[in-house]
Amino acid sequence: MTFALIFEQLLNGVQLGVMLFLLAAGLTLVLGIMNMVNLAHGSLYMVGAYFAITVGQWSGSYLLGVLAGILGTLLVGMAVEVVALRTLYQRDHLDQVLATFGLILFFNELVAILFGRFALFASLPSYLQGHIELFAGIRYPVYRAVVIAVGLLTAILLWYVVTRTRLGMLVRAGASNRTMVGALGINIRLLYTLVFGVGAALAGLAGLMAGQIYTVQPGMGELILIQVFVVIVIGGIGSIRGALVGALIVGIVDTMGRAFLKPLLGMLLSPVAADTAGPALASMLIYLLMALILALRPAGLFPARG
Amino acid sequence: MGRKVFWAILILALLALPPVTLALGQGFYIDLVRRIMIFAIAAVSLNLILGYGGLVSFGHAAYLGVGGYAVAIFAFYGVNNGFLQWGTAIGASALVALAIGAVSIRTSGVYFIMITLAFTQMLYYLGISIEEYGGDDGIRLKMRSQFPLLDLSDGLQFYYLVLGLMLLSVFVVHRLVNSRFGMVLRATRSNEARSRAIGFSPYMYRLTAFVIAGAMGGLAGALLVNQVNFLTPDYMHWTRSGEIMFMVILGGMGTSAGPVLGSFALLLLEDILSNWRDPRWIGEHWQVILGPLLVLSVLFFKRGLAGLFTRHE
Amino acid sequence: MSDALLAVNDLRKSFGALRASDGISFDVMPGETHAVIGPNGAGKTTFISQLAGNLRPDSGRITFAGEDITGLPAPRRARKGLARSFQITSVYPEFSALQNVALAVQAHAGHSFRFWRDARRDPALTGPAEKVLGEVGLKERIHVLAANLAHGEQRQLEVAMALATGPRLLLLDEPMAGMGIEESQRMITLLSSLKRKQTIILVEHDMDAVFRLADRISVLVYGRVIATGTPEEIRGNPEVRGAYLGEDA
Repeated sequence: MTFALIFEQLLNGVQLGVMLFLLAAGLTLVLGIMNMVNLAHGSLYMVGAYFAITVGQWSGSYLLGVLAGILGTLLVGMAVEVVALRTLYQRDHLDQVLATFGLILFFNELVAILFGRFALFASLPSYLQGHIELFAGIRYPVYRAVVIAVGLLTAILLWYVVTRTRLGMLVRAGASNRTMVGALGINIRLLYTLVFGVGAALAGLAGLMAGQIYTVQPGMGELILIQVFVVIVIGGIGSIRGALVGALIVGIVDTMGRAFLKPLLGMLLSPVAADTAGPALASMLIYLLMALILALRPAGLFPARG
Repeated sequence: MGRKVFWAILILALLALPPVTLALGQGFYIDLVRRIMIFAIAAVSLNLILGYGGLVSFGHAAYLGVGGYAVAIFAFYGVNNGFLQWGTAIGASALVALAIGAVSIRTSGVYFIMITLAFTQMLYYLGISIEEYGGDDGIRLKMRSQFPLLDLSDGLQFYYLVLGLMLLSVFVVHRLVNSRFGMVLRATRSNEARSRAIGFSPYMYRLTAFVIAGAMGGLAGALLVNQVNFLTPDYMHWTRSGEIMFMVILGGMGTSAGPVLGSFALLLLEDILSNWRDPRWIGEHWQVILGPLLVLSVLFFKRGLAGLFTRHE
Repeated sequence: MSDALLAVNDLRKSFGALRASDGISFDVMPGETHAVIGPNGAGKTTFISQLAGNLRPDSGRITFAGEDITGLPAPRRARKGLARSFQITSVYPEFSALQNVALAVQAHAGHSFRFWRDARRDPALTGPAEKVLGEVGLKERIHVLAANLAHGEQRQLEVAMALATGPRLLLLDEPMAGMGIEESQRMITLLSSLKRKQTIILVEHDMDAVFRLADRISVLVYGRVIATGTPEEIRGNPEVRGAYLGEDA
């Protein structure tokens, strides 16, 4: 276990963290502002990945694929919101959960019909390949570094919009008093559609970036969705700051745990015990962490509501 | 149709099914209906905490998994005593439910949903990561659970055992929800503030219901692994919990017939759709139809099938 | 002070910059009907919520029958004999009036970890429930679903549920809310009949009811009790007239 290895895994943890953040930000906003549980958020992540790969391959331009991924998911998200989700705002959480669950089945199967069930692969443009030199001779993949940068940039942008702009203020006001904001002449329905759309676009961004690191196949959204929920529970519902902190915690703990828990256990216990307990414990780590945080702070670390 | 008439007809139909289908040369229905009844037990247990208790628990598939793995692991080591296996299945699921419930039930609303989801997934990952018991690929049941006087490898005997257990679980839950315990559960679901104001502290009652439901789920899991002879962590995936939830909702929440009707409806529909030949794509991609159907049923058909079939007070 | 059934000492509760309860001291003697009045926004709801156990005060003490209950959650207070009715009707809509009250009886009949016997037909629960429903005047309506009761009947049901717990102190939050003249008169008659048998804290806007039922009245304005006294004393108090009665709600 060298320092270089530890640092690399730490960066991988941050990279997973920013991707979880992109997914969590949209979901926590929808949850906090529209009080809606959207299980189909993972499907938007998947849609982003598929848009990016198909348009990228068809046009031959990686950047065009990226654009398609973001815009395409934005449009799909808004369309789904208008067509299917609007009626759910008034319903109780159980209805929302079941309805969006039905949407997951629909989207997964639709993608399977259009593109098949097997994983898709696409290549990276040359400027995103290779490694960069960090300090002390540590090398890190260019692509992952870019992902981290994009994620952090988006976080800053999001924070700025939500806290410093009029639009952000409207969004937060709409959360606390929907009818009042509506009475002020603001089109609250349009606002909600917009919020949902932005959340979808962020999910799409996460999806298209994920396409190069994880597999692109039907059901990919559900694999990561639960971790996103853990992030939101830890961070606190409705809080972007909580989403970022939670996401980084989950990303780092999960990645480092999977990488180092087995060797660590191997030093304390027998190699055989470490072999079984290691991976098992590592996969449970973030859930145990969630349980611990909930025991101390039942509303998460930075709950948006009082 | 009155409630007693409904149950009489259902019980008679299920009792008569094996001899009738065998006579008609359609014996495979025994296997299908047996599988449906096993999931009906799971749905009945979920109905206790969801339909009557109002706890939106996405973790129910986990208990089927725990129960199933308990049996499979015993068999793996050559222990085939059914009482020991199934007793452990029920006990282990109850313990897991106790642990998960103790943490989750302190929360409410959205938090509760997400936490139960997360814990289910944790168990799923646990199942995958233990290589000895098959990990990702799952574990094969070497021999069906052994009981004195009963031979589970005989499809008919197994069928009637499952039928008996299903009816027993419906009956037990029926008594539970009308007892003082059940009334507290239903009251806190109906109006929590009012319940607290008259002096009910919901936590212990909910936790108890959660454990009971988990134990029943474990029994269903023990039956399931005997049914399919092969268990994968997939059975614990949270999407499986969603399926069981749909059975409860589709059938009618908070009714005794609901979970049974719901599981028959959903699983028969799945079976029909997945075997569709013309056009072919329906058979291969039936979820693209089922998905929207489920969405629509939630939006427009909340009272469920039980509301159509029976009058209940 | 020491023989007061309920004593509140310097209760304070703030929401950000808003001081909803600004040092309230208050007591209720056994057998007394003590009304709490005040203009909207005076902090009555916050006060009631703290008494009932739904809201935690920032500071101050609440003593019930000599015991400090400030930190007790609502269900525990209810089990100690502090019963409340809600301002906005809060019953079990899908259960009958009888079952509603039977649940209140059950809450005070020890623990409910009984798993087999049918509670709906348990005379130990339905008997007392029927009796209480008769007392509040709902004898003919016991099998009607709570959701199908008229508004006034639902308010009666609220009182019945509070009574069924065998309380030592009744906390009635605007029992007459939303009632017409006839219904209000019926409720006043009901409350009059309860007066001698119960200790009551009555929060009300209906001045007719307040002056007819109350032994003492406390006036709450901007989170503070500005006056406490008999109805005559309060009626004649210039500060009260200015702050409240003068503006006439």
